[in-house]
Amino acid sequence: MTVLRQAGAPAPAPDLPPGDVAIEVRDLRMRYGTTDVLTVVDFTARRGEVVALLGPNGAGKTTTIEILEGFRLRSAGHVRVLGVDPAHGTERWRARLGIVLQSWRDHGKWRVRELLDYLGSYYTCYSDDRVRRPWDTDELIKAVGLDEHARKRIRRLSGGQRRRLDVAIGIVGRPELLFLDEPTAGFDPAARRDFHDLVHRLSDEETTILLTTHDLDEADKLADRILILGGGRVIANGSPDALAQRMSSEAEVRWSRDGQRFVHSTTDATRFVRELFLQYGTDIADLEVRRASLEDTYMALVREFEAGRIDSAVHDFREVAR
Amino acid sequence: MIPRDELATTIRAGIRQGRIETRLTLTTLGDLLGYLIPTAGLLTVLVFQRGHKVAGTGFSLGAVTLPSVIGAGFALAGLMTFSLKLAEERTDGTLLRAKAMPHGMTGYLIGKSITVAAGSAIGFVLTLVPGLFLLPDVSLRTPAAWLTLVAVAVLSLLATIPIGAVIGSVFSDPSWTGITILPGFGLIAISGMFYPITHFPVWLQDIAQVFPLYWAGLGMRSALLPAHAAAVEIGGSWRHLATFAVLGAWAVAGMLLAPWVLRRMARKESGSSMEMRKAKAFARAR
Repeated sequence: MTVLRQAGAPAPAPDLPPGDVAIEVRDLRMRYGTTDVLTVVDFTARRGEVVALLGPNGAGKTTTIEILEGFRLRSAGHVRVLGVDPAHGTERWRARLGIVLQSWRDHGKWRVRELLDYLGSYYTCYSDDRVRRPWDTDELIKAVGLDEHARKRIRRLSGGQRRRLDVAIGIVGRPELLFLDEPTAGFDPAARRDFHDLVHRLSDEETTILLTTHDLDEADKLADRILILGGGRVIANGSPDALAQRMSSEAEVRWSRDGQRFVHSTTDATRFVRELFLQYGTDIADLEVRRASLEDTYMALVREFEAGRIDSAVHDFREVAR
Repeated sequence: MIPRDELATTIRAGIRQGRIETRLTLTTLGDLLGYLIPTAGLLTVLVFQRGHKVAGTGFSLGAVTLPSVIGAGFALAGLMTFSLKLAEERTDGTLLRAKAMPHGMTGYLIGKSITVAAGSAIGFVLTLVPGLFLLPDVSLRTPAAWLTLVAVAVLSLLATIPIGAVIGSVFSDPSWTGITILPGFGLIAISGMFYPITHFPVWLQDIAQVFPLYWAGLGMRSALLPAHAAAVEIGGSWRHLATFAVLGAWAVAGMLLAPWVLRRMARKESGSSMEMRKAKAFARAR
């Protein structure tokens, strides 16, 4: 499938051919009255990539997602979603998107299978040579693990089951690009693992996924790339590993000797440990080298941002992104 | 314009929604009681009214009231049921879901119109059938009567559903939509449903004749009552032409206005605007 480009639109990120870009955002700004919600947001997402959007509450995550979904008009900037400006997206374009909404109590009287079958029927005329739409209802129900509840009324589902249904509704049209706003809020650990498996399966099928989450562990497990928003701008952009490494040049080394415990921080853990063994040999026990986790990185970044030193952080992570 | 294959898909989805929602209504006890209790109440009142004759005619008051109520049922289904449903389902997220689907909002409105029309048809059958047995003056014997009945029913729905959609879109909060109920009752009172309109002052008659409610009732009386019952109507006539003209004008005005208002409403619909309404609803419940 070719991606439509409007005449005169700027080219996508130089290192990617246009067909490989699912989301392209440059200089995105959003202003309500005199309040700037998004000051400068820049990023691209490749096809098939899983991108996690992180940030403290009020950082502009939801606003960004709603602009990309075509639910909100931006104030300024260049945005292309599957090659189309979301402000002028047609319904044929919309059929290629999936949106997982945080449902509340809609369609309470409907049965699970009945609702999915009905919502899927909106997609029947949008199949193309690559994708058959919609998803077969029974397969879909199985994929999200609701087979036992297919004939239940929706108001009788538990919170976790209801969220699975939300996910199923989001993917019923076999989207090329899926938006997930805090998908696992309220999931128990088993449901969360099932959901992560589902995301991996979808991304194996070349579905591009943009998700917001507060759970860093989840972002680490799912995302190819993490974007951190703070104060209406992207303050970090890189792979989970790159982010963690960049922020934590220091590692913590713990060991014990003669029953006594020691802790030492160092920028070169390997060398420190080698010298430790040279000096004490077999006296060393309980050795542990710990690098900063993604969570440490995130907390450090948000602290730095709140202390007003964020411009340097942005700079750092621009390098990480390359 | 919507491409033809997309339009066909959307209409089919809307019809499916209407069918499912209607079936759900018929299999949900609460919804069924919502139909049966008012109908039973109404029929009881009509039976007691049988003895009272309308001044200047040989007709019982009940026989005049029944068709009026049936007509009003169709008109109010559009004005009140539709607008309340729309406001309610905006709050609970049904509309946002629809918006996330291709042509979902159009499909939703088609489906909801079918549901509301089917619901008023159910209410109509439940009222008319016992009424035919209980009230000897009410009858439906000639094909012309059937034709008038169907035409007035369809036209009343067409005249009021778009207006109901506009009301439901303008008020963002379901509790505000409740303010349509008060003027609604006012209109019921002056529209000659329970008492011949010719007994009211002329200025009140003029107000009533602007709105679809009076004409829906008049049209139904013309279908269900014998010809000479027209004597107590304005001008002593069923005024079919005027009935179709006024209801038609409301339908046209509504259909011109509704797409514009609905598009505006749909544009503003988003996850965060829904969250806000949800928070407000929770605050009220507390």
